[in-house]
Amino acid sequence: MIPAAFDYKRASSAAEAISLVSQYGSDAKFLAGGHSLLPLMKLRLAQPAMLIDIGRVKDLSYIKDAGNHIAIGALTRHMDVETSKVLREHAPLLSHAAGHVGDAQVRHRGTIGGSIAHADPASDLPATTLALGATYVVQGPKGQREIAATKFYKGFLESDLAADEMLIEIRVPKMQGAGWSFQKFNRRAQDWAIVGVAAWRRKGEAGVALVNMGSTPILATSVATAIAKGASISDAAAMASNEADPQSDLNASTDYRKHLASVLVRRALEAASK
Amino acid sequence: MKVSITVNGKEHQSDVEPRTLLVHYIREVIGLTGTNVGCDTSSCGACTLHMNGEAVKSCTILAVQADGASVTTIEGLAKDGVMHPMQTAFMENHGLQCGYCTPGMVMAAIGLLNENPKPTEEQVRMGLEGNLCRCTGYHNIVKSVLAAASAK
Ligand SMILES: Cc1cc2nc3c(=O)[nH]c(=O)nc-3n(C[C@H](O)[C@H](O)[C@H](O)COP(=O)(O)OP(=O)(O)OC[C@H]3O[C@@H](n4cnc5c(N)ncnc54)[C@H](O)[C@@H]3O)c2cc1C
Ligand code: FES
Ligand code: FES
Repeated sequence: MIPAAFDYKRASSAAEAISLVSQYGSDAKFLAGGHSLLPLMKLRLAQPAMLIDIGRVKDLSYIKDAGNHIAIGALTRHMDVETSKVLREHAPLLSHAAGHVGDAQVRHRGTIGGSIAHADPASDLPATTLALGATYVVQGPKGQREIAATKFYKGFLESDLAADEMLIEIRVPKMQGAGWSFQKFNRRAQDWAIVGVAAWRRKGEAGVALVNMGSTPILATSVATAIAKGASISDAAAMASNEADPQSDLNASTDYRKHLASVLVRRALEAASK
Repeated sequence: MKVSITVNGKEHQSDVEPRTLLVHYIREVIGLTGTNVGCDTSSCGACTLHMNGEAVKSCTILAVQADGASVTTIEGLAKDGVMHPMQTAFMENHGLQCGYCTPGMVMAAIGLLNENPKPTEEQVRMGLEGNLCRCTGYHNIVKSVLAAASAK
């Protein structure tokens, strides 16, 4: 399978990428790792007329300790997130989840920024950064703005990013030693989650987000509120689907997903409480 | 678009359409057909080769993305007629039957040992999760990779 023909330009900086995308308008798409976009283009589910390759914007590939948060460049690959010492120390939930994205070959190419910008509810890192209370930094022709992860996801593959804006940095608050767990339920090793859960917990506080439980990644606020009010883990986990609206598909029905979500949230909170 | 890609140590200059996939470039432009296309949907790993030393799926990379890169395919492993230890390990441990997945399996396995020279059996199984084999049941593939790791 070969994608439909397109023009190709390479950007060497975020500013150049943004000026190119403003020039070509809605026919243009950024190409980061290409591991979501190229499969779609091969199936002709996407046919952009222009690809702007940002894969070589090397100064957007970094992981930095920025005091109370860790700053991750949008072009940082999953493999680098997975193996980062800084993240393993300060945001181990994120580095662990990155290690569960696809397979090694996918993790060598796919980027955290591509994963978040793609806004697939079945992806692991949108939900994980949502659970961690991340902020995304985007840059457009008029400069930069910060978007809280809680405000970013608008619908299936839809986000608050404008067509001429580029995601440049992900800011993840340090976990300060909180317990955590990432639960991914799938049938084959390399697959996307049928349902996934990213959770952290410390005394009187928890954060839980769900993968593939609706048209966006879902923040399970009822669970977190229940934990904060002192509910038992099983009572809190029973509320796993309060904010969710999962679809039925070949892998699982809506009811099955809701059941699975409460089981996985319970397991995640138990593991995070150890 | 003009690209310059080093394949198995030799630099090639070619003019390609931007939509040319790296696997098609390797097979049809360079003429090295050891790298197979299996699923063509990023799942099976048959098209795995090394780009700048790392295992990647060449059906999901554009040749223009590999411009300036150094690529190693299954044909580039043997040195002076002597097989790479991973190839020998696959042969000695019956790590293949029909052989279709084998070039990708071997490239993924070498990539795995580059990152984790002494993996456990579990780590080998997880490390090869991006490669599917329809014949062997994986048992002898895992055995081959562990044999290559302990031969080092
Ligand atoms: C076999 C396979 C298995 C996979 N399994 C999983 C899995 O289990 N879990 C999971 O989470 N993911 C999985 N993925 C997806 C993988 O994580 C992708 O790498 C990721 O979703 C997209 O990142 P990318 O860098 O490849 O983005 P690309 O494919 O290059 O881009 C994706 C989209 O985001 C846009 N974009 C990219 N970067 C930016 C940016 N900086 N600013 C604005 N827009 C941008 C692009 O224009 C495009 O629309 C899998 C992929 C494959 C091929
Ligand atoms: S042909 Fe590339 S992964 Fe199957
Ligand atoms: S040996 Fe036949 S597919 Fe693996």
